[in-house]
Amino acid sequence: MYRRYPVPRMWEEMERLQREINSLFNSSSPGRLQIAPSFPAMNMWTSEESQVITAEIPGVEPEDIDISVTGEILTLRGSRKPEEIGEDIRYHRRERGYGRFQRSIQLPFPVEAERVEATFKNGVLTITLPRAEEDKPRKITVKST
Amino acid sequence: MSEESKEMEVQKQEVITSDESERTKESPVYVPRADIYETEDKVTVIADMPGVDENSVDITLEKNVLTIRGFVQPHTFEHHTLSYAEYGVGDYERSFVLSNEIDRDRIQATVKNGVLRLVLPKQEAAKTRKIEVKTA
Repeated sequence: MYRRYPVPRMWEEMERLQREINSLFNSSSPGRLQIAPSFPAMNMWTSEESQVITAEIPGVEPEDIDISVTGEILTLRGSRKPEEIGEDIRYHRRERGYGRFQRSIQLPFPVEAERVEATFKNGVLTITLPRAEEDKPRKITVKST
Repeated sequence: MSEESKEMEVQKQEVITSDESERTKESPVYVPRADIYETEDKVTVIADMPGVDENSVDITLEKNVLTIRGFVQPHTFEHHTLSYAEYGVGDYERSFVLSNEIDRDRIQATVKNGVLRLVLPKQEAAKTRKIEVKTA
């Protein structure tokens, strides 16, 4: 747009401030936690080469976790078994949930499904998803003529 | 969810500190979710502490206050940046006041898959004694 007069500095400042506020509300920066829609809560780590997803699933056996990848969707299924307790017990408190859980999440890029790796340690699941070769960004060298 | 299930809580709860004191470490501290049940001869405490193993848990019993602490080393992945987060990583801490006399020498603690399991046997004398009510 053509302006006859230069934009006043204050106006620029206001726009900058508005952008800052918007980004605060939209931000998914580590300082601000997003609300997980269902169990388990997940954290995502991204690089150009791969994506790492971590989830805290305490009290579940590794064989009770089922991970599948279809295209850009990762699905996590599993179940936590209730405590095996005898009769004649008295609960003081019961805060830990149990049962089945299932959650699907959209990945930022297609992945090599064959090379997806998952580890489970101390109740923390870590899934490493390498980015599909054809989706990786390509470096383009500029030739001088 | 099947009928026989109790919904799993998704969000972790942070420890609220009193106004006077602050923690020296900047990382958050969470309240582990716990089940506690009592049988005739023992009290069992089960606490969810993902990221904690048998070497990073600290249990103290002072008078009748049981305190469980778990220390978690925050993990980062090389060349990766945290792009999206739904949970925070930090230590765990929680205290309970026990109403029973506990046999301190026989306390057993195990950690498996990020779950602490604490068995606190009651002292012999504290075990329930049946009192016969005689008819007059």
